[in-house]
Amino acid sequence: MGTATVTSKRFYGKGLPNVDPSLLKGKLIVIEGADGSGRSTQITLLRNWLERLGYPTAEIGLKRSTLVGSELEEVKRGNILSPLTFSLFYATDFADQLENIIIPALRADFIVLADRYIYTLMARDIVRGVDPGWVNEMYSIALVPDAVFYLKVSPQELAERNFRKNGLLDYWESGMDIQRSGDMFDCFTRYQRRMQKLFLAMQRIYGFEIINANRSPQPISRDLSAKIEPLLGLQLARPEPILATS
Amino acid sequence: MPRAREPRELPGKLIAVEGLDGSGKSTQIYLVKRWLELEGYKVFFTEWNSSLLVKRSTKKGKKRHLLTPTTFALIHCTDFADRYERQILPMLQAGYIVVADRYIYTAFARDAARGCDRQWIRRLYSYARHPDVTFLFDVPLTVALKRISTGRFELKFYEAGMDMGLAKDPFESFQIFQGRVYDEYQHMLDEFGFVRLDATRAPGLQQREVRELLQKHISLPRYRWKIQPWGLPR
Repeated sequence: MGTATVTSKRFYGKGLPNVDPSLLKGKLIVIEGADGSGRSTQITLLRNWLERLGYPTAEIGLKRSTLVGSELEEVKRGNILSPLTFSLFYATDFADQLENIIIPALRADFIVLADRYIYTLMARDIVRGVDPGWVNEMYSIALVPDAVFYLKVSPQELAERNFRKNGLLDYWESGMDIQRSGDMFDCFTRYQRRMQKLFLAMQRIYGFEIINANRSPQPISRDLSAKIEPLLGLQLARPEPILATS
Repeated sequence: MPRAREPRELPGKLIAVEGLDGSGKSTQIYLVKRWLELEGYKVFFTEWNSSLLVKRSTKKGKKRHLLTPTTFALIHCTDFADRYERQILPMLQAGYIVVADRYIYTAFARDAARGCDRQWIRRLYSYARHPDVTFLFDVPLTVALKRISTGRFELKFYEAGMDMGLAKDPFESFQIFQGRVYDEYQHMLDEFGFVRLDATRAPGLQQREVRELLQKHISLPRYRWKIQPWGLPR
């Protein structure tokens, strides 16, 4: 992954009814990572870069669907849904954006930047005890992206960035719904470590690029654009700094 | 936890009815519920699509025609999961007879009729146990359609399958869609071992047959209230 040029799209499984993946011309680029890993910063930088080059882009992210986005936001405020129901609710949110944003945009030869994709959703479900086989099957409707980048940041650094930004750690990102120890900082690091482990396991299956995101935004952005360039069929030559950890 | 559930024996029993709109199944299951509660059994009645949590999204999606076959399937599955985990399963664990007006097979039939992959849908609902008895109220398509057209004035958008652009006219679209749903039910008869009932007969006759079958399938006395709830005639 990361170097192919013209690849025809495919679904992980049987996909969606009435969608012919061979008609999808654009590129789907996914940025994964925890809160505080710099995802949105990187997406903004990527978008600027792409638009300056003249490529039309579209964006998706979690809880952004018209259908259930605001309702999901609301139920997250109270811990009232079971992991299974949550999982399905998020899948609905994803499917809505897949069909109404990703697919039309790809059909129109746009570059779709996904601020997280099914991998975060799957990892979250799995740490909460949902059957991995079942989750996999549910997301077999998803399109295989052209590239997936996982912004890896150490839990300690993540916590510091969250403190700097919000002054506190997020309830869900600390996995407070599934842990009984009262210490939020411990919960956060433990939860983040488990999520990272899952991401590394998924990396072997889905072949993400792991990006060392313990750095400042610019070098990360240079890495990302260097890896994305070949996908675009651009003729730009640019030295590729090799900083990835894995 | 939502792992694929082994068919572990639960103290309660689950009875479901399935069938086309206009098959008369809601009337029949209502009578079953009344019979059981008046006889002094622990009964819980549940309907398809009634959970409060997800309802707002479902409503919005339907009203604004936002739903695709896939999101239609997922949002209904979300809704059902909530109801299943918070009501149906606990009731079964507590030893109730749970009576369901439509169950997961309604989703299997409708979603497949909309073009979703059958295996995908079945896997999606694999967290839910199959009922102890499922009655399929079987009527020829023409009979069901006739009952609907005389009993109701207006068909809703998704109910009529208008989202698939099968026909301009809602009723015509409904006919095509219901035809597909009918075929799905017929295929599921053997797949899930439904008990088929001839729903063209007089309602009273059907109800008698249903009650006889239930008495045969379920040892009812086990489900009698130990202490009669106040106000029940008995």
